[in-house]
This record gives sequence, structure tokens and C-alpha cells, in this order.
Amino acid sequence: MNRIISPKNAQKIMKVVFWASGILTILILLVIIGYILLKGLPVIDLEFLFGEPIDSGRAGGIFPMIVSSLYVTFIALLVATPLGVGAAIYLAEYAGENNIVRAIRFGSETLASIPSIIFGLFGLAFFVIFLGMGWSVLSGGLTLALMALPTILAASEVSVESVNKSYSEGSLALGATKWQTVYRVVVPAALPGITTGVILGMARAIAEAAAILYTVGAALTIPISLLDPARPLPLHLYIVATEGISLDNAYGTAAVLVMLILIITVVTNTLLDRYIKKMMGR
Amino acid sequence: MSRKTDEFLIEKGLFITALSSIIIIALIIIFIFVEGLPALQSVGVFNFIFGMDWSPSDGQFGVFPMIIGSLAITGLSLLMAIPLGIFCAIFLSEIAPTSVRKILKPTIQTLAGIPSVVYGFFGLIILVPFMRTQFGGTGFSMLTASIILTVMILPIIVSVSEDALRSVPPEYKEASMALGATHWQTIKNVIFPAAIPGVITSVILGMGRAIGETLAIIMVAGNVVQIPTSILDPVRALTSNIAIEMGYATGLHYNALFATGIVLIVMIIILLVIANYLHYKKKVTIGGGYL
Repeated sequence: MNRIISPKNAQKIMKVVFWASGILTILILLVIIGYILLKGLPVIDLEFLFGEPIDSGRAGGIFPMIVSSLYVTFIALLVATPLGVGAAIYLAEYAGENNIVRAIRFGSETLASIPSIIFGLFGLAFFVIFLGMGWSVLSGGLTLALMALPTILAASEVSVESVNKSYSEGSLALGATKWQTVYRVVVPAALPGITTGVILGMARAIAEAAAILYTVGAALTIPISLLDPARPLPLHLYIVATEGISLDNAYGTAAVLVMLILIITVVTNTLLDRYIKKMMGR
Repeated sequence: MSRKTDEFLIEKGLFITALSSIIIIALIIIFIFVEGLPALQSVGVFNFIFGMDWSPSDGQFGVFPMIIGSLAITGLSLLMAIPLGIFCAIFLSEIAPTSVRKILKPTIQTLAGIPSVVYGFFGLIILVPFMRTQFGGTGFSMLTASIILTVMILPIIVSVSEDALRSVPPEYKEASMALGATHWQTIKNVIFPAAIPGVITSVILGMGRAIGETLAIIMVAGNVVQIPTSILDPVRALTSNIAIEMGYATGLHYNALFATGIVLIVMIIILLVIANYLHYKKKVTIGGGYL
């Protein structure tokens, strides 16, 4: 068969194509983030971060939204972390392969692929109306907990499972019980992976807007009690941008969100790097 | 004795935490279905799914245009994101120097965590006006939404595909190169085929995110209930329908939005089953490429 392009030329062409698509992908993403930061960072100052919104967000700051975001994310992690880590320990250390375990795994995977708006619908029907929690940080936080759960479970399970089996065998041989072994030996060894899982869950919760659209309300005041309505940052950005309230405040809010995610990622990566180096050094 | 009881209680406690995901998924399905069924009963399942009219004030509830809308936006964004994402993944795993990869990989992973509302906001501020001046109309369209979705799912496809490509045993590559194949021939005929199951997983993850995305799409898609005849027509996705109207829905309208949720769940389950089947099939047929 006659080749129109020789293998050598194909190699050269494809190398250019690969470089081009690599650069294009990075460029698209960086231009978007760069643009948001360029427009948003000048808006951010102490008054913006720690001030109350004036005239439903046309002017003033976003302090109540920052508090709201931290509040709902904290509730979400408080609920999802014990459930996710406990389930991961059970699956990795206690469970054999049986139908219940398979069902648990299937449940967790399905949970991970459910769209956030469905969580929002469920939160509205279950927490807000059925349990009577109303539009509140509690309803919003619990809805976000359900979303963060599969992320925390999956990452924790992998890291608990990958703990060297000789560790727990050593502990058991010394007469420790199963739980003592898990608690004192396996979990500490798996801690970096579990931490990563929790942080990933946190990033998912802090970035989410659709799931809390109809569960957390949209109040502009600082939430104090668990049953107060609130307006986390992504929701505020959505409302301010779509209702054309204030472009400047939208840029500022977007930039704060991007910075939050960047900080979370950099801190996690640094911690993990340090931990891995420490373990390798031994 | 008490120590033994403790151990037993702890094991049962952990078992209960493990059950939580099943309980949650069951609760979600029960509540969405219970709230959605009245609408399905009153309109009829067939009329609800294949009905062309959605006008809650007249009691017309047909979601077919939105099913098409969701599929069209997702399909178009995959069409753009898959080639670009896979090429970028190959670039990172095979072509890029180590120093470049060490910077780019974490950057891309970070970008996967950027809130979708931020991407939607960028679309609303920059892309919509750009489309308006380039193609006329309002600028809110299926194409605009697909471009924003492409940007959102690119990081997922790149980073998961790259992991799959990198976990292909290096012996494969070395053997192919030793036989005189060029690097491109090796990538095309050896490395990529071996990594296909992982690449399919990345596409499934991207597709799941695209079809479930809500607010970013609302911000740029125009949200008109119609079957698009061109990629420049405004469309409404199933997810958008729920988010836009839930704020003021009462009575049967409220139930119809939960029924929209049922349709969305069923669609996602069907897509997941198809995708997992493809994944499984490739996993079996490609010997050795067990990823």
C-alpha cells in the first residue's frame, strides 16, 4: 500500500499537533482563570472581605457570604468525614467480598454520579420540608455532606487498603485487638490519603451552588444559628451575575472563590509532598 | 469479655457508617419518586417524556425538548473535549519534558476544582457577547453552553486519561520502539490502545459532569424550551428546567419538576450502563492493557 505521508513525516506532524493541543488546553484554562483574577483581585480589599453587602450586593462587601460558605462546608465535613472514613475502614479492613459490600460500593459509586441539582431537589423535599429544617445552613450543610461523602469514602478506602499488610500483622501478633490495630496502626499510616479525601470533599462542597440553591435560602445576613438562612459564595456569584446586580462584586466574589480553591490545592500538595518525603526518608 | 463486646460494637458501628451510602441513595430515590409520581400519573409517562410542550400555566408538561437539549449540549461538548483532551493527555504523558509536565499536571488538576459558577460567569461576561458579535442573535446558545462545558470537562478528561496512559507498562513502548516503530506509531498502535479502558473512564466522568451541570448552563444557554435546529439556537437542559422553575413552582408544577429529576436520573443510569459496558468490553478485548 502506498503511503501518502512517510512514517518519519507523520512523526514530525503529530509532534507539532501534540504540542499545539497541549499548549491550547493550558492556554484556554489559564486565560479564563487569569481573566477572572485580573478583573477580580483589584476589587478585593479588607472592606470587601470584611464588609456587609449594601443594597443587596450592589456595593459593600461579602463577609456574610464568606461566613456562610465556611459554615455550610464545616457542617458538611463534620457529618461526611466520620461516615466516609468509617465506611472506608469497614470496607477495607472488616468486610469480606459479599453482596452487602458490593451493594455498598455500588451505592457509593452511584452517589458520586448523581447531578448536584438532584441533591438539591432531595435536600428541599427531605431536609427543608419533610424534616422541617427550613431554608437554613443546616439543610444546606447536610445536602453538601451527601455530596462530599462518596469523594471522602473513595479516597479513604484506597489509602486504608494500601497500608502495608505487615504493619497490621505485626500489631495483631503483638496481641493488639483488631480495633486497636486499626486505630493505632492502620489509620495513622493512611492519614495522608484520608486527609486528601477530606480536602477533596471540602473543595467539592465549597464550590457547589446548584445543590444549595433551594436548601440554604439566600439571606444577606450573617448566619448565627443552625437554622438561619444564608448565602454561600458560589450562590452569591450566581445571583449577582445573573440578576445583573453588580459586575464588580461578581468579579470580586469569583476571584475570592478561585483564590480559595488555589490555596486549598497548594496547601494539600505541600502537606502531601512533605509527608511523602518524610516517609521515604526513613 | 467487655473487650470483646467493645470490638463487636465497634465493628457494628463501622458497618452502620458503611451502610449510610445505600440508605442515602435509597432515600434520594424514594423522595424524588414520591414527589414526582403525581405529575407522571396525571400527565402520563409517555406524554411527559415525549411531550413537546412545556407550559406549566396551561398544565402542559412535556420534557422531550429538554431531553434533546441536555443530550445535544453534552454531545457537542464531548465532541470538542475528547480529541483535545486526549491529545493533551498524550502530550503530557509522552511528549512533554518532565519539567513541563511537573508544572502542567497539578495546574490542570487545580483547574478541575474551580467552581462551575465561575466558568459560567466567564461565559456570561466574555463568551456570550463574543458569540453575539460573531454570529448574531443573542449569543445565548447551545454552542456557547457546549464551549463552557468543554472547558469544564477538559481537566477531568486530561488528568484521568494521562494517568491511564502513564500506567501502560514501559516494556510495551520499549519493545515497539526497538522494533523500529516511530514514537507516533508506538503511541497510535501500542500505548493508546492499551490505555483505552482508562480513557473511556475519563470520558464517562466528563460526560457525567456535563449532563449534570446546572447553573453554568443556565447562565449561557438561553433556556428556551425548543428542539434546537442549529447549534446557534438557545436551548434548555433538564437540569436547568429544575433550577429555573423550582423557585416559584406549586402544586402539579412542583411535582413535574421532581418528575424532570426522575427523567434525569434514569438518563444518567442508562448512560452509565452503556459506558460501563463499553469499558468492560474494551477491558476484555485488549489483552494485557488491564487498567
